[in-house]
Amino acid sequence: MRKRSRTARFMQTAFALLFVLLLLLQSGEAAAAPIARRDVLPNGLVLLHAEKKTLPIVKVVVAIRAGSIMESYEKAGLANLTADLLKEGTRRRSSKEISDAIEFVGGSLGSSGGADFITITLSVLRKDLELGFDLLSDIILNPAFSDEEVARRKALIRSSIIQQKEEPGAVASKAFMKAVFGDNPYGWPAEGTEDSVARITRQDIVDFHRTCYVPNNAIMTVVGDVGSDELKGLIAKYFRGWNGKDVPSPRIPAPYSPDKPAVIAINKEITQANIILGHAGVRRDDPDYYAVLVMNYILGGGGFASRLMDNIRDNKGLSYDVHSFFAANKYAGSFQVGLQTKNQSANTAIEETLKEMNRIMTEPVGDKELNDARSFLTGSFPLKIDSNNKIAGFLTSVEYYNLGLDYIEKYPAYINAVTKEDVLRVAKKHLNTKGYILVVVGDLEKAKLKY
Amino acid sequence: MKKITLAVLLISLLVPLRAFGLNVQEFALENGLKVLILEDHKAPTATFQIWYRVGSRDEKTGKTGLSHLLEHMMFRGTTKYGPKTFSQTIQRAGGTDNAFTSHEFTGYFELLASDRIGLPVEMEADRMQNLILTPEAVLAERDVVMEERRLRYEDDPQNLVNEELLATAFKNHPYRWPVIGWMSDLKTLTPDDLVNHYRTYYAPNNAVIIVVGDVKADEMLGRIKDAFSGIPRGPVIRESAVAEDPQYGEKRIFVKKEAELPYIVMAYKAPDIKQEDGYALEVLGSVLSGGKSSRMYKSLVYDKQVALSAWANYDGMYRDPFLFFFGATAAHGKKIEDVEAALAAEIEKIRKEPPTDREVLKAKNQIEASFIMEQDSIYMQARTIGHFEMIGGWRLIDTYLEGIRKVTPEQARQAAEKYLVNEKKTTGILIPVNKETK
Repeated sequence: MRKRSRTARFMQTAFALLFVLLLLLQSGEAAAAPIARRDVLPNGLVLLHAEKKTLPIVKVVVAIRAGSIMESYEKAGLANLTADLLKEGTRRRSSKEISDAIEFVGGSLGSSGGADFITITLSVLRKDLELGFDLLSDIILNPAFSDEEVARRKALIRSSIIQQKEEPGAVASKAFMKAVFGDNPYGWPAEGTEDSVARITRQDIVDFHRTCYVPNNAIMTVVGDVGSDELKGLIAKYFRGWNGKDVPSPRIPAPYSPDKPAVIAINKEITQANIILGHAGVRRDDPDYYAVLVMNYILGGGGFASRLMDNIRDNKGLSYDVHSFFAANKYAGSFQVGLQTKNQSANTAIEETLKEMNRIMTEPVGDKELNDARSFLTGSFPLKIDSNNKIAGFLTSVEYYNLGLDYIEKYPAYINAVTKEDVLRVAKKHLNTKGYILVVVGDLEKAKLKY
Repeated sequence: MKKITLAVLLISLLVPLRAFGLNVQEFALENGLKVLILEDHKAPTATFQIWYRVGSRDEKTGKTGLSHLLEHMMFRGTTKYGPKTFSQTIQRAGGTDNAFTSHEFTGYFELLASDRIGLPVEMEADRMQNLILTPEAVLAERDVVMEERRLRYEDDPQNLVNEELLATAFKNHPYRWPVIGWMSDLKTLTPDDLVNHYRTYYAPNNAVIIVVGDVKADEMLGRIKDAFSGIPRGPVIRESAVAEDPQYGEKRIFVKKEAELPYIVMAYKAPDIKQEDGYALEVLGSVLSGGKSSRMYKSLVYDKQVALSAWANYDGMYRDPFLFFFGATAAHGKKIEDVEAALAAEIEKIRKEPPTDREVLKAKNQIEASFIMEQDSIYMQARTIGHFEMIGGWRLIDTYLEGIRKVTPEQARQAAEKYLVNEKKTTGILIPVNKETK
């Protein structure tokens, strides 16, 4: 009975999906054509291209495997600082010239750090595409990393790290990641620490750029009003001389798995206890990933459809925001429940969190819960790809995590294959109420922690 | 907001979006409900939104936070569907939903695959009239809002300064109290207060529906008529016409809180965007703060290196005159006095000398380009249409860019000279107090 209804649901989703694809492909391509065209250029650069003519705009995302997974603990923040400095001057242009050129045409050119990869993004009107590619290639290929700019950005990053200490959520998150991952790049903040940033030299940055910013280590995603030939022409013209070479593989130690609760309590004179409870999680390529997604939706990932929200917010009024998520990175992952509650309620909220984790680890979820979770996860797919910006982000992830351009077609089947037994099994396997990290940032005198 | 209170954010509201040439179709039902539909077929998704013309400005002393609490209650269920079903039903259909409350409006929205966009139509009609407001539910949700207030204000030192600043800048206009409400008021709001607020303001003649996405306007209108035309018109709502009395000199407040870096925010009384000077102020805001090549960043962050961040923002998307803001967070080890002096120097400069032609052209290019780029998102288009509608009519969008295009460098300078004066200024400063970590 249950099996049949699942098949029916799958068929429904398949039809809905076909409908989506047909609409996406109105531009006249063959119906079987995927969401984007993928090419590997002679220098190793992976190019993903989706032509969209509705608006006269173009979005480019260059993702390079040059995130904090490629740096050492002593120089934590090197990857972020390198990405940050791209816009601060090249051999041909000063920092001010770069920002003035792109902002004059109402476009934007940005870069940001991360753990798995860094991204450089360009948004321009169609008419400014030449200028955009000129600037984009200049900052990727020819950054100057002048001593003056290095000093200036280091000072700014230091101020920013200091300012984060006044955000209780940031303090809790940093303590949690450090406890879970220890000497693993996922455990330190992408921007580094005050000490590690101070240790970074100009030579470190130049070397890091030379090592990691190579085309066979990068993905370029282009979405918008530009045709294939024109795009290839732009790349040939502006990225000439960008040659591939070997890039070292990151070495990531296993995360720390405590066999009993480890409590980190940080005192701050504030009105709420900021609580994070969790532990190591799954990698993006873990075969349990989709079952974990469904399980977590029911536990605390599904907003108002989740058990944690229902219990802790709706029924008890203890918190405004309570959620759980699995951060599934390329080489390691983490799981966490996060919430904030007035200091006096901290113990109750922690108790209820553990209770909900235990419940999903010991009892099968209900039919309705499972169906609702699958229904949302599959049915919300069109919303993930309904703008150029979203498509660009989606394609970048699909490529980086090797999901395949037919991921849109496969995804509903992955989700709909998850059974109640799977949910129970992955909850038992990937949740842990005996060994976990508990971080509490708040007024500890009022919180009177029992943990 | 139920999940994230966008509009409660005081300062960091988006620079108002610019719209031109949006092919909006307008309809009206006999019960006074207005319907605005924009077909956009680039992807098979759509957003359904309903905006009520009620916000914190319609509240009374001692009852602040009522509009926002009612927004939360709208997710707790109706007599027809029972408790806690709204978001679950939308999510089951693969959609997402949320809401926002501001000084002048309360909006609810759903985003769905367009073949399912009929779902929220009937559900929104239902919760316009059949909301459950039991004492138990109200008290539980009041606790949730108090937690939200602790999260956003009590434990966020910069936001506390922003809140105090607004409370000082306005003395009699209701813009002076926070959308989320004062903590002492929240503690005393009753179920009866909410029932009255709901019965007064939640009626078709006080609401506007906005639909953007892959829909057919006539089909959509048919659905809306089916669901809403049976709802009777509500009581006539008396517009609360209030004007802020004159300010007689600079005002200054300090907040002492556990924090790491000093912070300053300054607010000058300024006309709203519907006034002729609004366009020049908008261009002025962009010249001062439109990216890293703008004056605030270049001077305070890049050249003088006294600030971690520095910005200006003309906030004119209001029914009544609001404020032109400046703000900066001091860099580590820098004094707030030096930051304030650097801000003052920039203000003095723009009051005396007009910006260059290139600066003004850049500002206009940025405003136009951002308008086009924002059409990438159906949600943002609906927000733009709704916001203009709430402050004076969505057709203001059409005249907006025209107005911007006409601004000259000298007009931008004149606007600075006229409005960026000490007599219109309120300054707020965060003084960090560092406690020994125990």
